[in-house]
Amino acid sequence: MLYKNPYNNYFDYVVQRDMDKCIRCKDCVTQCSYDANFYDEERDLIYSLDSNCVGCMRCSTFCPTDCIRIVRNPDTFRINANWKDNNVKDLYKQAGTGGIIITGMGNDKPYKNYWEHMVIDACQVTNPSIDPLREPMELRTFLGRKPDRLEVNKDGDITTKLAPQLVLETPIMFSAMSYGSINYNVCESVARAAKELGIYWNTGEGGLPDTLYEYGKHTIVQCASGRFGVSPEYLNAGAAIEIKIGQGAKPGIGGHLPGEKVLEGISRTRMIPVGTDAISPAPHHDIYSIEDLRQLIYALKEATRYEKPVSVKIAAVHNVAAIASGIARAGADIIAVDGFRGGTGAAPKSIRDNVGIPTEVAIASVDQRLREEGIRHQVSLVAAGGFRNSSDIVKAIALGADAVYIATSALMAVGCTLCQQCHRGRCAWGITTNDPELSKRVNPEIGAERLVNLIRAWSNEIKEMLGLMGINSIESLKGNRDRLRGVGLSEIELQTLDIKQAGM
Amino acid sequence: MTEKINEDGMKIVYPREQWCIACNLCEVACMTEHSRTKDPLRAYLIEKPRPVSRTKVEYLPPVAVSVMCRHCAEAECVEACKNGTLTRDEKTGKIELDRDKCLGCWMCIMACPYGVITQVRKEEKAVANKCDLCPDREIPACVAVCPNRALVFEDRG
Repeated sequence: MLYKNPYNNYFDYVVQRDMDKCIRCKDCVTQCSYDANFYDEERDLIYSLDSNCVGCMRCSTFCPTDCIRIVRNPDTFRINANWKDNNVKDLYKQAGTGGIIITGMGNDKPYKNYWEHMVIDACQVTNPSIDPLREPMELRTFLGRKPDRLEVNKDGDITTKLAPQLVLETPIMFSAMSYGSINYNVCESVARAAKELGIYWNTGEGGLPDTLYEYGKHTIVQCASGRFGVSPEYLNAGAAIEIKIGQGAKPGIGGHLPGEKVLEGISRTRMIPVGTDAISPAPHHDIYSIEDLRQLIYALKEATRYEKPVSVKIAAVHNVAAIASGIARAGADIIAVDGFRGGTGAAPKSIRDNVGIPTEVAIASVDQRLREEGIRHQVSLVAAGGFRNSSDIVKAIALGADAVYIATSALMAVGCTLCQQCHRGRCAWGITTNDPELSKRVNPEIGAERLVNLIRAWSNEIKEMLGLMGINSIESLKGNRDRLRGVGLSEIELQTLDIKQAGM
Repeated sequence: MTEKINEDGMKIVYPREQWCIACNLCEVACMTEHSRTKDPLRAYLIEKPRPVSRTKVEYLPPVAVSVMCRHCAEAECVEACKNGTLTRDEKTGKIELDRDKCLGCWMCIMACPYGVITQVRKEEKAVANKCDLCPDREIPACVAVCPNRALVFEDRG
């Protein structure tokens, strides 16, 4: 508090410690990476500097006697429905610094969540449901361009040349998170889990560390506007290539990995000097049109002998359906649409909270548009941005997605508590930090196990939900919007999602 | 002292320094396990004498590692002990400490190359204190509590 400008000193959380239960083990002191907990040897007391607390709960979960509570700071401005706490605090911060407010994770504002306004159908009497514990249930998903028509010879062999496909054992993938924004141990956790689950992880724009090449068959390598870490070996190491045009948390802007985070390993992988800022420009400077995008798609296909599908990832924005149609025509095999609840390692708060649209509506309109134009089969559609559980995924697939990307939930599986401090590089859970002391808080053995558990649990739930709909394959759910009904949605919302009102 | 830690393949606790996060929970668990009440609150705040952890988190950021008795194949402490307080159990290979015999001469503390022998009060006197691999537990307390698998209970032959 001392030496801090009082105008910047309104803080959000208070560390309450029941001193009758504190055993001075100093666990909370060593675990806090934001200098909020201190041990005073002279008084043999542990105390906290609440203004440093970010509410990540690292100390309270590690406390062996449960003596810590992280509570909202009851200190309050005069209640004002227009000037909410965060509006006031942000304004003061900016008046003090003159800077853009940076934050992490995805949009946390209370926009309408359409997943919560859709319900799933079930079989009763007239059509039988299926018990997935007794009968086979197919979750295997193929991503990539499907042929216009299929020709078979007399022996029943397919003679049509098929485009390369990604094979997923369950329709869930780990979305792009770069080495640098998350540390090596988290990358390894995700890569190991993807391999074990038979799905894919995505390098983000940070390149692929040498030691993770062994997971190449389960890796989607990204080629973003900064072109960090892109080399022929890199492109050929992955199972697919993704061109990153945009990100749901910050549509229309680039990325910036601060120089302090560019340590030895990251420098080598990104092919930039140690300590230099890694700046991804807002646009790809060689893509100003669909035609330019087509050139990059085919350059990448050429570089990998047409053996790998090429994906294009865009942020969900107002005109997403038309853009997706263009991307499909530009030759992409997969389109990933990232909604505004998708996370980020760092983005201006004003952008994260106000730019883009929810993935629910974006997926529905893209799928609809591609169907209308008769090109839906030419691309696979991957939904991203804010999937919290298996039912969100089932609903996304029913709206028309082929698979989904998860990243925030994946980080949560390895410990993330959504404290939104990713941009500070001091993550107490050892995720969005490259500090060697903090990074080792994620042991990839445990991280991979927890990720595998999460995806297995979700896959089992998806099977249950397919079963109750009387469906035995995820393919039959794709774009099957009749299985959804809207609750509490206006007519225009129902129309946009192309679902019926519950009861109809 | 020798690199080969034990001869007959017994399980001991191995620290994995690369995953130690200095959370000190091993110390709390050790202390609790070796307390009268087996309750961390009572062990720390009420019990007299206060139990002493037999493992110590050595912490010099970014390095952290929890170190406890290595049960050395050629144990300096056993060599140094004058009256047979510290002995090797020939069957298990474990270095045993008989508190009733200990006179508190601290030669073992002087001799231990890992610095893992401490002192603890026993009635009127102070006696030596070191890892006993938690005889009442299947897995030693420190290993069971470690949240990041930085301690493992293994037989490395």
